[in-house]
Amino acid sequence: MKREFTCIVCPNSCELVAEIEGKEIKSIEGALCKRGDEYVVQEIKDPKRTIATSVKVIDGEIPLASVRTTKPIPKDKIFEVMEEIKKVKVQAPVQINQVIIENVLNLGSDIIITKSVGIQKCIERVNKEVVAS
Amino acid sequence: MNIIKKDAVILGGGPAGLAAALKLKEKGIDNIIILEREKKTGGILRQCIHDGFGIVRFKEALSGPEYADRFVQEVQRQNIEVQTEATVIGLTNDKIVTAATKEGLKKYQAKVVILTMGCRERTRGAISIPGTRPAGVYTAGVAQSYINLKNIMIGKKVVILGSGDIGLIMARRLTLEGAEVLAVIEKQPYPSGLPRNIEQCLNDYNIPLYLSHTVTNIQGKERLESVTVSKVDEKGQAIEGTEKEYNCDTLILSVGLIPENELSLQAGVELHPRTKGPIVDENLQTNVEGIYAAGNVLHVHDLVDFVSIEGEKLAESAAKYIKGEKGYESIIPVTTDHTINNVVPQKISGEQDVEISLRVSKPSKDGQIIMQQGNKVIMMKKFKKLNPAEMIHIKLKKEEIQSKEEIKVVVG
Ligand SMILES: Cc1cc2nc3c(=O)[nH]c(=O)nc-3n(C[C@H](O)[C@H](O)[C@H](O)COP(=O)(O)OP(=O)(O)OC[C@H]3O[C@@H](n4cnc5c(N)ncnc54)[C@H](O)[C@@H]3O)c2cc1C
Repeated sequence: MKREFTCIVCPNSCELVAEIEGKEIKSIEGALCKRGDEYVVQEIKDPKRTIATSVKVIDGEIPLASVRTTKPIPKDKIFEVMEEIKKVKVQAPVQINQVIIENVLNLGSDIIITKSVGIQKCIERVNKEVVAS
Repeated sequence: MNIIKKDAVILGGGPAGLAAALKLKEKGIDNIIILEREKKTGGILRQCIHDGFGIVRFKEALSGPEYADRFVQEVQRQNIEVQTEATVIGLTNDKIVTAATKEGLKKYQAKVVILTMGCRERTRGAISIPGTRPAGVYTAGVAQSYINLKNIMIGKKVVILGSGDIGLIMARRLTLEGAEVLAVIEKQPYPSGLPRNIEQCLNDYNIPLYLSHTVTNIQGKERLESVTVSKVDEKGQAIEGTEKEYNCDTLILSVGLIPENELSLQAGVELHPRTKGPIVDENLQTNVEGIYAAGNVLHVHDLVDFVSIEGEKLAESAAKYIKGEKGYESIIPVTTDHTINNVVPQKISGEQDVEISLRVSKPSKDGQIIMQQGNKVIMMKKFKKLNPAEMIHIKLKKEEIQSKEEIKVVVG
């Protein structure tokens, strides 16, 4: 059986064709580099994806800090991982690379901060509170 | 008003501006300032929180903010002057830059002005969608900034018009955040975003993509209630009787980016009708001596790695100009026909190797890019596939250039 893939590893977006018999991969064609072949093998065995989202920052100069997985996670666990990340709030300041969830759901990937966020300046906070009240 | 003298004034602190500043500094130019209208530098990357940046440059898949941070940190370490919350409002052809800042108006006299203002999105007005004017219609970049920077969710049931990368990435982002993306509608018979984004942003989440379709009406009073989608023929005209109604509260437009060149025009910089960015020579200098351009202000890039490289290349030439070194004169025009959407630079000297960046106008398989002078083919490169979504970079060696005649770049 022939199955077609679009490699997502890099912007080349190689179009790959794999010849599969039962559980065995007979051949993979179309990759410009070996990461394409690895992608197809992974995609057939256990498709994985990275995800990026954000978490709330308490007292932050902006309300959100972006985060991402350090390693790809199984595709069918994406929404479960999103739920875990949504539970987290961090206290400003936060730094790039700060781990906010270690080994999320035992999937072998950490969730790290990808944007440093400083503390909101006192005066801005007071202003906001005045406006809000 | 006091006029501040600078060797280089950089308009915009996105990846192009930051890379240019660092390279100028490396070349020994110290009297530089970056003017940025936002509170922080980093440009559009601050809101692009997905990963996939830096694969070419750093061999890792970083998120936009992480990629930007590497340059922001280095600019700080090198003590390069940065003024944020400073919007440039004036630029003249003798390189006087006026900026509106928190401390009032400031004027700079620059030896070199570096244009790195990025681009803006095409809006509903630009593509004239008929219908009512309800809330709930956003451009993809604005939706991205609401969700990723301001923590504002924009809707629950979404239709996306246009298959540009930002729209595709927002389809995934909205789905992850619990919204339902009903469909992506694309007028062209092929997607305008990268294939890998079709795969990982749409196919992964079972979001359908309708090619050769467009939005032909918008309904709703206060808030968007539904959109009408129709098939289009080869000429892009809606086909009657093919209308389909989608009940949704949000329509996202991802219908293209336009280089941000209001200021450039003020200074008499000539723009190219295809790129909508300045016409530049191989030094990335515009027709106004001492004014240079790189990044999305010059032509819209799909990869930031090449934006940084372009910023650096610009700075190498600008540094020479500041030091009074005379460069080669670019007298060979580089032109195209209908098979290519655009090329940059549009003029070269023929005295050194150059890199030509281009986009093809139609997708094709097993095609080749040919450069010719008169009837002579001077360069030919084969490609397994050609896709307008991807910018192509081709080195043209000095030895390959045969004369001072025009170089024509075509798909063969
Ligand atoms: C949604 C989206 C997704 C993308 N995804 C990817 C990806 O996955 N991988 C990848 O490699 N690339 C991606 N890109 C492309 C890449 O991010 C851009 O090509 C790159 O950021 C452009 O850099 P720039 O410096 O030219 O412009 P910008 O980043 O837009 O920076 C321009 C700066 O100039 C400032 N400015 C403008 N006018 C003025 C003025 N008058 N006065 C003062 N300041 C001014 C702006 O505030 C801004 O900070 C993406 C782009 C977008 C928009």
